[in-house]
Order: sequence, then C-alpha cells, then structure tokens
Amino acid sequence: MADQSTAKDPEKERRKIKSVSKMKEIMTTYYIEAKTARENGKKVAWITSGGPVEFLIAMDVIPVYPENHGAMVGASKMGVGLCEKAEEMGYSRDLCSYARSDIACSVTDGGPIGGLPRPDFLVCCNNICGTVLKWYEVTARFYHVPLFILDTPFIHARFSEASRKYVVQQTYEYIAFLEKQCGKKMDFERMNEVSRLAVHGLRLWQEVLDTTAHKPAPMTAFDAFFHLALIVTLRGTKIAVDYYQQLLAEMRQRIKDGISMVPNEKYRLLWDNLPVWYRTKWLSDKFADHQACLVADTYTSAWSGVMDLIDENNFIETGAIAYSSVYINVSLDIMFETLKKLIKKYDVDGLVMHSNRSCKPYSLGQYDLQQMVMRELKVPTLIIEADMVDERSFSESQIETRIDAFMETIKK
Amino acid sequence: MDAFEILKAAAADPYAYGASIQAKTGKPVVGNFCTYTPEELIYAAGGVPFRLFGTKEDISLADKHLQSYCCSLVRGGLEDALRGNLSFLAGAVFPHTCDSIQRLSDIWRLNAGFPFHIDVVLPVKLDTKSARTYMIDVLAGCKTDLETALGVQITPERLRHAITVYNDIRRTLGDIYRMRSADPSIISARDLYHVVKASMIMDRDELPPLLHTLRDELKAGVKAMPSNTGRRVILSGGICNHPDIYTVLEESGAQVIWDDLCTGTRYFEEQIEENIDPIEAISDRYITRMVCPAKHLDVTARGENLVHLAKAQKASGVIFLFLKFCDPHSFDYPYLKKFLDDAGVPNILLEVEAQLPSDAQLRTRFETFVDMLN
Repeated sequence: MADQSTAKDPEKERRKIKSVSKMKEIMTTYYIEAKTARENGKKVAWITSGGPVEFLIAMDVIPVYPENHGAMVGASKMGVGLCEKAEEMGYSRDLCSYARSDIACSVTDGGPIGGLPRPDFLVCCNNICGTVLKWYEVTARFYHVPLFILDTPFIHARFSEASRKYVVQQTYEYIAFLEKQCGKKMDFERMNEVSRLAVHGLRLWQEVLDTTAHKPAPMTAFDAFFHLALIVTLRGTKIAVDYYQQLLAEMRQRIKDGISMVPNEKYRLLWDNLPVWYRTKWLSDKFADHQACLVADTYTSAWSGVMDLIDENNFIETGAIAYSSVYINVSLDIMFETLKKLIKKYDVDGLVMHSNRSCKPYSLGQYDLQQMVMRELKVPTLIIEADMVDERSFSESQIETRIDAFMETIKK
Repeated sequence: MDAFEILKAAAADPYAYGASIQAKTGKPVVGNFCTYTPEELIYAAGGVPFRLFGTKEDISLADKHLQSYCCSLVRGGLEDALRGNLSFLAGAVFPHTCDSIQRLSDIWRLNAGFPFHIDVVLPVKLDTKSARTYMIDVLAGCKTDLETALGVQITPERLRHAITVYNDIRRTLGDIYRMRSADPSIISARDLYHVVKASMIMDRDELPPLLHTLRDELKAGVKAMPSNTGRRVILSGGICNHPDIYTVLEESGAQVIWDDLCTGTRYFEEQIEENIDPIEAISDRYITRMVCPAKHLDVTARGENLVHLAKAQKASGVIFLFLKFCDPHSFDYPYLKKFLDDAGVPNILLEVEAQLPSDAQLRTRFETFVDMLN
C-alpha cells in the first residue's frame, strides 16, 4: 500500500522501527568494503548462511553471502529476469532460485548491487541443504577458486559420536585451509574474542526475537527477516553486537510505549520457511487487514536456536556441533518439537507455512508437520505455495483467497 | 526357463518377485533407493536388498505428504509404500543422498509402518581422510543397526562371504557390459536393462549362477540378436525405469552401449578389496567409484569421467536422462554439457517423470539427435 498522502501519517511514523536506517547504513558500508576488498588488500570468501563465519572474521577475511544477495534480488523484484538468464544457461527452472539468480549475477554482473565481489575462496556448509554443495561447485568452477566443504551430517534421530568426531576434525581442517589461503596462522586469541562476540550477538538476537512474545508484538516476523542480515553476515563482530543492543533497546521501549507493529493486533501467527521476498509488504498488509500479526517464524531463530550448544570458550570443538543441529538439518519429529515450543512461547492462533519450491529440505515434510500441529496442538494451519525469489510461482488471487478463508477459520 | 527368462521375469514384475521370494525363503526383503546402500551388510545379515523404483501409477496417497515439485522416484516410492504394494518388505535402509530422499526417509519412517527403518548418514564429500574415517564409523553403525533389526549377528565370515558374492555379481555384470560394448549384437540394450534391474532385487544366492550362465551363453553366441548397426550412445543420469527408451532409440538409429546411471554402471563398478577389514573395504569401494552428483569428489571429476567414457566406449553421443526435479543432476547438467561440447560429443537432455513423453514425441527427439550424430 503506497503512501498516497503528501503529509506523513504520524501514527504510521510512530510504528516505524527507527533502527532500520542504522541497519541500512551498516549493510551499505559492509557491501562497499566487500566490493573494495581487493584494493584494500583483503581476501573475500563466499560462505553459506549456515557456515561458520567466525573463523573468517578471525582471519580478517571479508565474508560474502550469496544467499543474502539472493534475498536482495528477491526483495528488489529482480528474480524473474535473473532466473530466466540462468535457465538460458541450462539450469533447470526447478532449481533453487537463490542459486539461479546468483549464478546469473556472476555471469552478468547484474542484480541490485551489480554482482558480488569475486571470491578468493569458498566455504560451503551443507547444514542448510544439499543444494549449496552443488551451487558452490558451480561457483568454484566459474571462478576457479578453492572450495572448502564443511560436511554436517543430517540428524534423523540424534547427533552421533561419529558425527561429532567428524565435524570437529573438519573444523581443524577448515582452519588449516584458511591458513593456507591467507598465508598466515590463525590467531587463537582473536578467534576466542570473535567466538565471544558471536555468542553475544546470537543471545541479543534471540532476545530481540523474544520481545514479540509480548502482546501486542513490537515487530513482526517480516521485520525479523530484515534485521536478521547482521546475524548472518557480521556474526562475530562488535558491529553486530552493538546493533542488536540498539535494536533490543528500541523493542523494549516500544513495548513500554505500547507501540505495536500491527494496529489493533488481535490474532497472532507463526510463519514457517523462508520469506516470499518480493511480497513481504503485500503479505504483511494482507494479514494486518485481518488484524493478524506474524509474530515469529522458524527461520530467523535458526541461528540462535542452537546457541546453547556452543561453549564460547571452546568454539572450535563445539561450534560445528551447534551448526550441525540447526532447524532444517534435523528430522521432522525434531522440527515438530521446535514448532511446538514456538507455538507455545509466542502464543499463536495459527501457523502459516510457505511451501517454497526453491527449498526442498525446508518444504518437503511440511504436510506431515501440518498434520502433527493440527492433530496434537489443534492449531489451524495454512499452506501457501510459492517461491522465495521467483515471482512466476506466486499466484496472488489464489493466495489471497486462501488467506481470507484461513483467517475466517481463526476468527470463528 | 533359461537364465535370461528368469531374470527378465523378476525385473518385469519386481513386487511379485519380492513377495514370492519372501514367502518362499522367509528372508527379510529390505527396500532401498540408492546405490550407496551397503547391500553387502544386508546380505550378510541374511536379507535380500531390494531396490525400489517408484510406481508409474497415479499418485494419490503420497500427495498428502509430498509436494508436486518433488521427483517421481520419491513420490512414487512413497505411493507404493502407502498403498501396501510393498507389504513384503521387512524394512528399509536409507543412505543419505539428496534433500528429497532425506525428507522421504522421515516421512517413510513416520507413515509407512514397516518393522524397521535404518538411516545411514554417509558423508557428502568423499575426498578427505576424515570423511573416510566417518564413513567407516557410519557403516559399522549400520551393521549394528541391521543386527538389532534382524536379530542376527553379522560375523566376519558372513561379511567376507557377502563381499565375495557381491564382487562376483558386479564382476559378471561388468563382463556382460563390456562384452556387449564390444559386440552390441549379443544382447539388446533393453534386455540388458532387465538383467541389471533383476540384479538389484533378486535373492543374491539365486542370482550369481543365473548371471554366470547368461554370460557364458553370450560368450558362446547362443543368445545372438539381429545385428544392430545403430550409432553408439551413452545414457547418463540417475535411474532409468523405462525399457521403452532403449527400444525407441534403437528404432531411431542409435543404441545405448554404456551408461552412467544408478540403474547401470554405478551399481556394479569397482570391486571390494577382499584382504582388508571388510567395513573399510566397503567404504573404499564408495570412495574409489565415480561419485553420484549428490556426493562431492572434485569439482570436475564427473565431467572428465563422462568425456573419458565417451572416448573409451567409442560413443558418438550422450543422452542425459534425468528425473524432473532432481536437483543434483540438474545442477551438474550445464557443466557436463559444456565438457561434452568442448570434446565434440553431441548430447541431448531428456527430463522425464513417472511417465515417458508420448512415443511419437520421444521418437522425434531421438531421430533429431541421431541426425546430429550422422
């Protein structure tokens, strides 16, 4: 809904999160630094969103996240053109739209920021999907750069001792890889400092997310998607810690001042899966029209959800275990336990699941989770079939009808 | 019935065969979807490893569990399980491969209701020492799980025997493939497809003598087919569950003389070392064998291998045969195509679901391709 009036609506202004401008400033600085890394003698590594970035920060390497970039592509509605370009190159339309749009950007220097800075090397952690493995292989061939794979075994029942040994061993291999790429030794004291900052940042981020347990919620899951960028991109830096302190203070103040994101919040919902980046505003308004607020989601807490498994004084031996245990690297029954906790904690009236064509590990199994939620928790659920970046898979009228019908059920 | 007829009958109706072997021998039949299934362990535990290919019938029950953007193997496999078509199975073993199989394993475990379910979370990269160590640990864990599930002890003797039997099966299949590549007239590609498919489901005590007999017959020229002079092509992809592909291709002027398929060479390539620790030896076979695209070896290993195969097998072209929605294969396609293009090997991509495109459509595509080869 575009602001039609020239004079600003004071009520709307009051609801805006003031930290947004700070966030934009940080991200702009970050991307400028990343794009000028080579001139400043810094190395650039591309890393997956679930990868252990702390080691890169400690080695003074600038981490770049193709997935974060994919989200930017989606949010700036440039997904379709880039995806089509990748399809022309032979990549099937059924492949992940982050991967397709990023691959196209590498070739065309296209997208919202004219392409990502060229990597010196790549770090791929498969705790989020098998897709990143293939995507990073593509990238390694395209740029002719070394690729390190951190293989985090999927947890069907429990994290085995064999898996623990394997991921810890790989952490040491990771350090050796970085030392070779950077031509210098790891400074373990610095690494400890980075680990502490990472854990501190994760705690603050979780506290930010916790604020939406308050009724009415001071922000929505759509805001969380936006503010998530730093916990992914600058985890382990003081910048992220400072920012989340500021954001947390703002959220607490909003609660104190009785400022909610959705006016007259009456219904509270939980979101599952990645956002529909090109339609966050539309969806947010759509639900707000029903006085419904998406107060939390399963996605933005994926990073902080495992922080209790990290011993900040022994990050090397515990970090990879935590990263192996993230929300989508576990079985449906374990996911359901997390869903249950979120549904209780945020006291939601319904669950909205984005069945995301791009993300099979997140989406396949949602139908079973939906059944479990309805059967065991008697919470209404809605499944929206869409895609996170590729707008061709979004049917507005169909989704609108389904949301309206779903909200009618909740209101009964 | 002669050896080939017995193999063909099993391949033509796998579920009837599975049910009959279960009834006849009482052996536990163990379902699986992948060539990374440690079949030697299942066989050593007294079981019959039974490869599943997914139904070609309409999907209805699996629709309640899986979205339409999931491959027909995963959807079709679940459909069969939920419909009760696999009631002869004692359980299933799920090695970790792709994102879809990973979730199928969960859904299967929660809904299919078989007595046992074993996940084998193999490493994804196969090119490091720590991955090998981990794989050995995982396979040892799988052995223990099978012992518990089937109430048997897999003694070192049984395991060594299993390895000998599997080496023999794989060697014989390799022999037949090589004989056919040298002289494609000895057996049609379609018939050979049935032989491999049967080898993936039959009682491995019953299978070896049949394969030996067939190999010896082929060697003696007993089973000679009309000579076929079609252009030589390689089929590359995941699974092929469509015997008609071989026939239509032959009628279009080409013939499959080698493959890079899960239901082909990936099933039988590489032997298992018999004089070292059996679990380590099984791991080493997976590490030595060319990877499936869901595993990581080297970023260009599969491309180099495919070009090498085309040259070694004197193939004029390559047909990529993928299941729609198969991420690992689709990601590799552009680069594999480029490797082949650069080496001057013509290639086409055929993406299929449970059903093949219409006969006429398939024929046109193949004929156009064969024209490219001439």
